[in-house]
Amino acid sequence: MATVEQPDPLLNEDKTDGAGDGVRRRDFLDIAAVSFGAVGVGAVAFPLLNQMSPPADVLALASIEVDISKVERGQAIKTSWRKQPVFIRNLTEAEIAEANAVPLSALREPQTLAERTKEGKQNWLVTMGVCTHLGCVPLGAAEGENKGDYDGYFCPCHGSHYDTAGRIRKGPAPTNLVVPDFEFVSDTLIRIG
Amino acid sequence: MSFAWAKPYEPKTQLGHWIDQRLPLPRMVHGAVGGGYPVPRNLNYAWNFGVLAGVFLMIQIVTGIVLAMWYNSGIATAFSSVEHVMRDVNSGWFLRYAHANGASFFFIVVYIHIFRGLFYGSYKAPRELVWMLGLVVYLLMMATAFMGYVLPWGQMSYWGAQVITGFFSAFPVVGEPLRVFLLGGFAPDQAALTRFFSLHYLLPFVIAAVVILKTWALHIPGSSNPTGVDVKTEKDTLPFHPFFTAKDGWFVLAFLMLYAAVLFFAPNALGHPDNYIEANPLATPAHIVPEWYFLPFYGILKAFTVDFILPAKLWGVIAMFGSILLLFLLPWLDRSPIRSGHYRPMFKVFFAILIVDVLLLGWAGGAEPTAPVVAVMQIATAYYFAHFLIILPLISKFEKPLPLPNSISSSVLHGEAEESAPYGLAKA
Repeated sequence: MATVEQPDPLLNEDKTDGAGDGVRRRDFLDIAAVSFGAVGVGAVAFPLLNQMSPPADVLALASIEVDISKVERGQAIKTSWRKQPVFIRNLTEAEIAEANAVPLSALREPQTLAERTKEGKQNWLVTMGVCTHLGCVPLGAAEGENKGDYDGYFCPCHGSHYDTAGRIRKGPAPTNLVVPDFEFVSDTLIRIG
Repeated sequence: MSFAWAKPYEPKTQLGHWIDQRLPLPRMVHGAVGGGYPVPRNLNYAWNFGVLAGVFLMIQIVTGIVLAMWYNSGIATAFSSVEHVMRDVNSGWFLRYAHANGASFFFIVVYIHIFRGLFYGSYKAPRELVWMLGLVVYLLMMATAFMGYVLPWGQMSYWGAQVITGFFSAFPVVGEPLRVFLLGGFAPDQAALTRFFSLHYLLPFVIAAVVILKTWALHIPGSSNPTGVDVKTEKDTLPFHPFFTAKDGWFVLAFLMLYAAVLFFAPNALGHPDNYIEANPLATPAHIVPEWYFLPFYGILKAFTVDFILPAKLWGVIAMFGSILLLFLLPWLDRSPIRSGHYRPMFKVFFAILIVDVLLLGWAGGAEPTAPVVAVMQIATAYYFAHFLIILPLISKFEKPLPLPNSISSSVLHGEAEESAPYGLAKA
């Protein structure tokens, strides 16, 4: 059987399209193969990374209801929402006055007490009990704890001081204590989340 | 591998020949840590800490594997499973104390090893990659140690996890979602504990792999030495085995006695009592501090208290990571061609100040953040960065180094006085 020398165009290093622009058919195949492979790697990597995100049961613990009828003026309680502490504080008139006396220009994150509480219920300060610096639980909710230089909360980890409206006043924390989404179901019951 | 006079591997038995032709593993070992690896003959005891670090890596892997046979990574059971190891499991107390203190000693050894490298200029050409791979090992060690400390799920475990993952929330926009992603929840919880356990088991083997790369990169130019002068002839070296295997061997045993003394007589001296209280997500311990080996970095983190363009918290996190990443650039920041600090009169002084500075940062990192402590942290942090970014480049420009010895062997053969005084200055 006679064979004819017929070079495989795919193995031919010369330009096979005759255009002379230096582009080889092999280049297209290389790029197409690598691109297709990258899509495949990405498709496999996604579930491997996505599994790290909070699972459905963690996200499902979205809202809680708290009875606040037993919290006297000047007292605070700690409760737990989404595995994180929440402070609910019944401010005294003096504490409200103290918060309102601060000029906004003196604040790192300017917010009034009214903006941080519900209309007509300015004495109920609901904040996350999570320091906005690195996530420690500040002191000051329980009786006799250090309330810091501004009579609110004091974080023992790195010395952040919050005032009676839970606003950052001194120390490394960048922002005020976070006010979670909450509403009054009745005068003595709030729903957080 | 490195020098022409390295003794080639010669199998002594028929079986040795048979294996050598099929899988030359004994040949590789001979060239790496045997008679086939010529080492500068003037190494001092500072050079023992590389092998010692390898020994502690093995101790951690072995004790860790057996502890994992008893550990339970559920948040309701993790703490009690560790107490079970301590009280009920046969020899469990020994294994856990060996592992916990082994981590501390691993860091002691590695810190001495790093400062050895800093003083003798081991990071300079042609060993830049050896230095950088070492830094990769160090970063992996820190990640491994942090995750291991979370596993007992005590108060310090939990709040350490909270604070350290909190670093990520400092970054604008992506920070908080990234933190939640890394934890698999809004606070450290079951998802975080299980993934930390998985990674804590994995990373030591990654470390072992990087150590192999590092050793490979080291054996291309060969070990550095206290004079910093390159090896020139066979007279400058001794084969690794038996000379340095013997020296490393006795030193490892001596150092292990120190380790054993702490392990048996003061096993909790380097830990925190709070970690014997089970994790409570609603109450932070009064004084959170990391393990001692992270304190200087904690000091840098806490040094930033004022917003300047970026929030103070972000500065602290950037500076803390930056303090290590900076070291990757060290081979190009220190431009002096002289390796060894012995021949660099100005460098020597600032090196001593750097050691004091790092110790000061460590002290301040562990102290309550009162005003004077914060001031110390700020000055010490500023000095740390100034040392690498300003002082080192300037010294390499203005320093007049002392004359170097002609060769390693001439430095050695002239005796002790010659070793400490540069060649040509001491009286013959």
